[in-house]
Amino acid sequence: MNYLPNIIFAIALLLGLGYFAKNVKKLVRNIKLGQDVDVSDNTSQRWKNMINIALGQSKLVKRPVSGFLHVVVYVGFIIINIEVLEIIIDGLFGTHRIFSSVLPTSVYGFLIGTFEVLAFLVLVAVTVFWVRRNLIKLARFWKDEMKGWPKNDGNFILYFEMVLMTLFLVMNATDGTFQEMQSGNIISQYLAPLFSDSIAPVIERVAWWLHIVGILIFLNYLYFSKHLHILLAFPNVYYGRVNNKGQLNNLASVTAEVKMMMDPNADPFAAAPEGAEDEVPAKFGASDVQDLSWVQLLNAYTCTECGRCTSECPANLTGKKLSPRKIMMDTRDRLEEVGKNIDANNGEFKDDGKQLLGDYITNEEIWACTSCNACVEACPVSIDPLSIIIEMRRYLVMEQSAAPSELNNMMTNIENNGAPWPYNQQDRLNWKNE
Amino acid sequence: MSKELNVPTMAECMAEGKTPDILFWVGSAGSYDDRAKKITKAFVKILNKANVNFAVLGTEESATGDLAKRAGNEFLFQMQAMMNIEVLNMYEVKRIVTCDPHSFNCLKNEYPGLGGVYDVMHHTQFIKELISSGKLDIKESDYKGKQITFHDPCYLGRANSEYNAPREVLSSLHANLVEMKRSKATALCCGAGGAQMFKEPEKGNKDINELRTEDALQTNPEIIATACPYCMTMMSDGVKVKEKEAQIKVLDIAELIASSQNL
Repeated sequence: MNYLPNIIFAIALLLGLGYFAKNVKKLVRNIKLGQDVDVSDNTSQRWKNMINIALGQSKLVKRPVSGFLHVVVYVGFIIINIEVLEIIIDGLFGTHRIFSSVLPTSVYGFLIGTFEVLAFLVLVAVTVFWVRRNLIKLARFWKDEMKGWPKNDGNFILYFEMVLMTLFLVMNATDGTFQEMQSGNIISQYLAPLFSDSIAPVIERVAWWLHIVGILIFLNYLYFSKHLHILLAFPNVYYGRVNNKGQLNNLASVTAEVKMMMDPNADPFAAAPEGAEDEVPAKFGASDVQDLSWVQLLNAYTCTECGRCTSECPANLTGKKLSPRKIMMDTRDRLEEVGKNIDANNGEFKDDGKQLLGDYITNEEIWACTSCNACVEACPVSIDPLSIIIEMRRYLVMEQSAAPSELNNMMTNIENNGAPWPYNQQDRLNWKNE
Repeated sequence: MSKELNVPTMAECMAEGKTPDILFWVGSAGSYDDRAKKITKAFVKILNKANVNFAVLGTEESATGDLAKRAGNEFLFQMQAMMNIEVLNMYEVKRIVTCDPHSFNCLKNEYPGLGGVYDVMHHTQFIKELISSGKLDIKESDYKGKQITFHDPCYLGRANSEYNAPREVLSSLHANLVEMKRSKATALCCGAGGAQMFKEPEKGNKDINELRTEDALQTNPEIIATACPYCMTMMSDGVKVKEKEAQIKVLDIAELIASSQNL
């Protein structure tokens, strides 16, 4: 029965990783519901972006306070995870602090010491985050779209991190052999006296188990949480925009039709070329998640709801309903709904009479955008809410003819006389002599 | 107006067998909007003063389609773009300059994919070039020491990362340039972009141009400088709403340069 803990550990590990892998598969499938888009260009720029923006957090630190705190948590998260490797080996093979017997005491002490300092700093940073959210009540965390689950989700993540860091420090503090090493217990030495010798070994085991089980639970929590950004930020930044922010894509399906319209030799009554009958007529713009590109869907899963976009959006700042963050959250919620629909219907989507535009995002939000790119600029992980808004405008205008009437007037003017106002094109140069 | 403007059209140049170095894309606002026409004329004065060999399309110019595109009408955009590209390519246009950041962005970024590849400049970039190459000499100006704040047009700044050209041109006036709290990459939109210029705003608690004007007023400016005909409308309206039009002028950079040199 000596192997019981090892077996339990292996089962917990398998369950934890297995369930996570299952959800990752679902995640990838859902993202692939999006339209294909060519991202093979600008490879070197894309790597540079990933290194600077994702790995280097260059956009986060544009807001120094939250940026700095985030860097602390980020660095802490990555480095402390080295410790998880030791925990897994110990758990599977029944060893105790295997690295301490492999590495020289000074090196091991240095590593654990670094983890302890980082764990402490993470605790402090996470506490400040909690205060900013719940006591200072920063406006961007209290917008309409942050009610209910999004608000709780934000706090749950902070609680998770607080508990995990505390468990890590307690685990070290109650580990008699580790404390005796007198190396690396920079923080935990102050906690050690709190635990009597008799209960310390028990506390150590409990903390050790809760710590690793907590990590596995947290890992599996990601899929259901905005916290997915810790994984998706990297691919998302890589696949993000590489050209000028002002550039909107030109719809190729429209180009083909416009070229034919403008070709004086085109026969409007010509039969469609062979094989064309089978093609589904292209839908212009997007009214649901499947119409968006897979990069836009990846954007939605990557959004961590920080609200920097919304806090810089001119429409939102002046009380309009549009919130770029809500556009991303709605896109993810709808994509999840579509994914569940597919799961429930043996891998095929059954029309549920709903769509992203209308049931989640209103026309009012779509028309309030000034296309100013403030949201795109503000996003620390290269999410592009504007591109989704434009796709929906395209759908509203080209599929539904549902533009606000003033815009229809403007567009009629452009069609008739080449200017947004009803002036004669022959008067274009009149200014010269006025 | 003392001197007559010299504004040749591409058609005239072609008839005379001349090839202009650069096409001045006037844009719809610059052609028809009363306030923007003043910017157009100021820029032509600069071009004339610096002896730039340029031409306009005149009645052969049509809306870029940028507005239609931002409003979601990709059909109309591409029709406009292809018509314009046909004309531009017929005249073998290589370089284009425009006072409208929206036209600038559209011509520069969205026309190439449809067969219209040109070297496109915004007028602030072009004026900067004229000054640095010595073609335009900036003498002492009335604006020396004046408090000026510059409002970044979204489609020049964030959209195309051009923050320096307008500031460098302004610095040639030796004015006291003060930045708003939100400037450059975090500049607030004037509220006109994305076709908002042509519709009533959605329900909210304030108009965007009013908020942006408040940003500008915080710097205690004597002049709010812009570089976009739509920003011009929005900021001028904002200053009126705040009842400051007697104290604060809203001027395009081209107007500042032209008037500083008594053009």
